[in-house]
Amino acid sequence: MVDSIHPPAEAPGIDVRRGPEPMRPRQRGWRLRGRNRYVGAPLVLISINLLLFVTFFVWPAVTGLIYSFTSYTGVGTAPYVGLDNYQRLLQDEAFYAALIRTLIFTACAVPLTVLLSLGTAVLLVTSYTKGKSLARVVFFLPWLISPIIAGVIWRWMFGENFGLVNYLIVSLGGEEVPWQSNANLSLIVVIVAAAWSYTAFNMLLFVAALKNVPTVYYEAASLDGAGSWAKFRNITLPAIAPTTFIVVLLSVLHFMKEYALIRALNEGGPGTANNLLVQYIFKMGFERAQVGYASAASFVLMLILMIVAVVQLRMNRRKES
Amino acid sequence: MALTTSTPRPPALRRGKRPAAPGELSKKVWATAVMWLLVVVYGFPVLWFLLSSFKPAGELFSYPLTLLPKNPTIEGFTQAWTSFDFAQYFLNTLIVAVAATVLTIVVSAACGYALAKYHSWWVKAFMICVLATTMLPAEVILSPLFLVVRDLGLYNSLSAVVVPAVITATGTFMFRQFFLTVPNDLLEAARIDGSGELSTFIRIMLPLSRPIMLTLAIFSFQWRWNDYIWPLVVLNDPNKFTLQIGVATIVGADNVNWSVLLGASVLSMIPLVAIYLLLQKYVMNADINAGLKD
Repeated sequence: MVDSIHPPAEAPGIDVRRGPEPMRPRQRGWRLRGRNRYVGAPLVLISINLLLFVTFFVWPAVTGLIYSFTSYTGVGTAPYVGLDNYQRLLQDEAFYAALIRTLIFTACAVPLTVLLSLGTAVLLVTSYTKGKSLARVVFFLPWLISPIIAGVIWRWMFGENFGLVNYLIVSLGGEEVPWQSNANLSLIVVIVAAAWSYTAFNMLLFVAALKNVPTVYYEAASLDGAGSWAKFRNITLPAIAPTTFIVVLLSVLHFMKEYALIRALNEGGPGTANNLLVQYIFKMGFERAQVGYASAASFVLMLILMIVAVVQLRMNRRKES
Repeated sequence: MALTTSTPRPPALRRGKRPAAPGELSKKVWATAVMWLLVVVYGFPVLWFLLSSFKPAGELFSYPLTLLPKNPTIEGFTQAWTSFDFAQYFLNTLIVAVAATVLTIVVSAACGYALAKYHSWWVKAFMICVLATTMLPAEVILSPLFLVVRDLGLYNSLSAVVVPAVITATGTFMFRQFFLTVPNDLLEAARIDGSGELSTFIRIMLPLSRPIMLTLAIFSFQWRWNDYIWPLVVLNDPNKFTLQIGVATIVGADNVNWSVLLGASVLSMIPLVAIYLLLQKYVMNADINAGLKD
């Protein structure tokens, strides 16, 4: 390995002469420990992240786990209550409702977002489209808009008595659609808004991946007479599979913890019909100060996220092998 | 005729392609049409929102709705600016976003590099740890994380918003993926030349990762600028509120004042849009493998 980079004969001679003599033995010492045995440098490089990881991840995770077995309220003592929180949680209909709503929301929003982001990315990369520079800015615009503002924008569009959408429906002779007071319809609005606001980020990942697919493959396929769809399916999709995996994983994790968007769009309404899990945890932990109970809910959510991630990693590994 | 048949091969090959041209044309038309349809779908809500923000309060709900404001006004903006402490919110958000961005880039680059180029078991284990943070984001361990921040004495300070946000799996892995594409030969060559591990990182690897840094810069800035739930939890003093909290308080009111809300929302978007327009080419054309394709 070391020798293999030397062949262009001019450089090494100079380098050897230039290299300060005392360095050499030390270098040997490093190398004796093996090429992958560097300790100091990687430790320094990861140190800040490690510190932050311990402080803002391990610490809250451990204390959270402990609190989840207590009836702690944030102040005073934390009386141990065993599995009581978890038992209550499993009997809490509001928790189930939030969990199911979150799962439905994620199951709808992820495929929609992935399709839209892949679609827009392909349209921005292909040579078939005209006016890409403007389209690129417009597709990317929602990413600049915060979930709160995105929620406000879609609330403004889909207002029941004042929104543009209902105005158009009524002017076309239809009836006002209860976008806010029907639980399912308002969830649909949230899904559309979520896909709209989260497309851009994934699109960016897809664009980078698509640009890195070697064009020789397409040229070879063209010579063999492959059509656009065949090329897309047999060359593009396999080539960008790692990116697709990341996009799906990140989207699932992102949507499972959606809060701000729905907060601004309909506050989890009508009533509590569309309270998602994070909103539920927030309410329990901060509005009702049931830290122990909220922690238990947090750990259930974490368990779900971990299962999702592990399943996806497994599937990805199987595909690769 | 004789002339065309006797021409050398390349034109003949080009000719072979010509019958496909009508198909190509219709593909172009279709692809362009679909793209522009999507442009309308993605752009229209924002356009409608922007135009509405210039309507006077009375016109917002008066039927028939018109796309363009009849009497354009900036009343909503001035009202939003004066009725809330918007300048303060702006400043707070700016401090948070800039500080978090600088720290995030430095920390993620260092960690991503270590994860890509060192293969000790504990480096690999830490990689899984970083990945695990995506499973347990601030939103999920909200209450315990809040208690940690409170116990550290950071409650109600802007650093409480900045510091926990510095560790990011996305940023770290962006750098890791990038450094994986940097040939190991480069690192080996630097070692043979007697360059220390850290100075190799700072002098050779960091400059190479400039495109990733710029990409992560705008990402991180956006994350912090648009963050809502975490600042909401750790900031209590209205003087320390960020923009998103400010806007959300308007939405949360029993009777939403749409005129103020529209103005405030549009104002809060301006800085990020401006930064994006400045850095656009770095972000949109960011080729993750810049310059190092084998």
